[in-house]
Amino acid sequence: MKTVRIGSGLGFYGDTWKPVRVTLERGEVQYIASDHLSELTLAILQKDRQKDPSAGFTKDLVPMLRELWPLAQPRGVRFILNAGGLNPLGAQQALATAFKATGWSARIAAVTGDALGDRLESLMAQGIPFDHMDTGASIETVRDRLVFANAYLGASPIVDALGQGADIVITGRVADAALFLAPLIHEFGWSWQDHDRLAQGIVVGHLLECSGQASGGNFGGDWRSIPDMAHLGFPLAEVSEDGTAVITKAPGTGGRVSFDTLREQLLYEVHNPHRYLTPDVTVDLGTVSLEDRGNDRVIVSGATGTAPPETLKVVGGYSDGHMAQAILGYAWPDALEKARAAADIIKVQLAEAKIRADEIVTEFIGYDSLHGPLSDPRHAAELNEVYLRMAIRTPELSHGDRFNRLFPPLALSGPPFIGGYGGITPPRELLGIWPTTIRRDLVEPFVSVHVEEVTP
Amino acid sequence: MTTRVPLARLAHARSGDKGDRADLGLFAPTRAVYDWLAETVTADRVAAHFAPLITGPVERYELPNLLALKFVLNGALQGGAARSIRSDNLGKTLGSALLRLELDVPDDLLTGAHPWPTTSP
Repeated sequence: MKTVRIGSGLGFYGDTWKPVRVTLERGEVQYIASDHLSELTLAILQKDRQKDPSAGFTKDLVPMLRELWPLAQPRGVRFILNAGGLNPLGAQQALATAFKATGWSARIAAVTGDALGDRLESLMAQGIPFDHMDTGASIETVRDRLVFANAYLGASPIVDALGQGADIVITGRVADAALFLAPLIHEFGWSWQDHDRLAQGIVVGHLLECSGQASGGNFGGDWRSIPDMAHLGFPLAEVSEDGTAVITKAPGTGGRVSFDTLREQLLYEVHNPHRYLTPDVTVDLGTVSLEDRGNDRVIVSGATGTAPPETLKVVGGYSDGHMAQAILGYAWPDALEKARAAADIIKVQLAEAKIRADEIVTEFIGYDSLHGPLSDPRHAAELNEVYLRMAIRTPELSHGDRFNRLFPPLALSGPPFIGGYGGITPPRELLGIWPTTIRRDLVEPFVSVHVEEVTP
Repeated sequence: MTTRVPLARLAHARSGDKGDRADLGLFAPTRAVYDWLAETVTADRVAAHFAPLITGPVERYELPNLLALKFVLNGALQGGAARSIRSDNLGKTLGSALLRLELDVPDDLLTGAHPWPTTSP
């Protein structure tokens, strides 16, 4: 019986590809699908692109494939990566240049058409609404501040690229799980109407798209029991023609694949689990069965699907001011009280200096910086140390700089026993995310696949 | 008989973000604990717990196949991770904040209850 083995690539921009190397060496996979993008990543890439129009893809693409291609190529392993970000053609060029310089051959494809770019203005002029998906607000409220808008594409252009023999497929904004669904459709020839199989493919992709989060990383259960997290293996799937999959990881790696680690990932960031919307199929996770066979093997089956939505999701980004922040530490005794006094001093000086702050966040690291008002006040009195973190949102970059300059004088002219004084970071731009939808016929005709044969 | 304990004694959780929503999974060790959680940890209860942090309603979904409840907290992330100026802009720790919720738990659920199953239900 034919099976297809797909390994998890990166789970985000900044992740490590060391475990992917191990998957290539010992995992017997045919594909690596790698997710480099989140909503936040697009915002980061947009800032890169503003500085340099040839940028806008994730910079890990070239070094990652430089290291992995010599392992993948002799084994016939193909890559699917959304590392193209806001500039898939730029990513393709950068990779082709690197491969040529090294004397390597590969067929590299880029998928474009997710970026609405210049078309957005004319679509808005035609009266196409781009209301905020959650709040219903009109896009007019942010229109003059929009810096990008990309539709989430499905698996179809990737299937097309694989059909054209691409060894490496680079996409922009594609639904994460579609990176994994595509090779299954390519290999098994699943019909676009076979919603249950497509749903299984999405479930496999969803389980694998966050790398180590399915194999014992970030595990909310008994995290102490996860073996050898220093060498955590990334998950991989062996999928059968009917969509049933075994999730496992390369032998000899750390981490764990179990009912418990997989169910945490299965529900991660899906919103309504009975109607998990993707461009290719709407998935019900309520019918999924995870059958733990022990030894890091879990059989996944039973996902059911219905037709996908009529529209595609769009993620837009708009300038939303700047953040400045400063962090400094206070020691016992009365650490929290001193940090609070310092915050009060800054607030007075901020007001007197007429520094524009649309919002001020005051957090006490070691006490409430993560759980905020839900933190337990019983621990407040005898803390060994507390770091004050203050951040403002300001429309003016220069006001962020002025905010930062309020902090150095605290070293000599504020509460005593200050330390850890290095946390004043330059202001940075904030981008708001505008989630909306668009009719498929306004996007899909513009999607194309560009295949380049790279030879030395 | 019941004992007042935080949810952390009974279950585990993972959280993530999507736009201005935090998205929390809550996982029970046994069918009995799942059934009790499904009855007890209502959307209203979770909304009250997170009231100081969130601006929108809470949705709840039941996944008996995974012995899990899913909560979606609307308006939880200051408008979204890329514009939030909080330390935890992604809401990754809100799962553990949920586990602070204190409940009067029947003692028979606590006895021998192990929050971390290694086998399928």
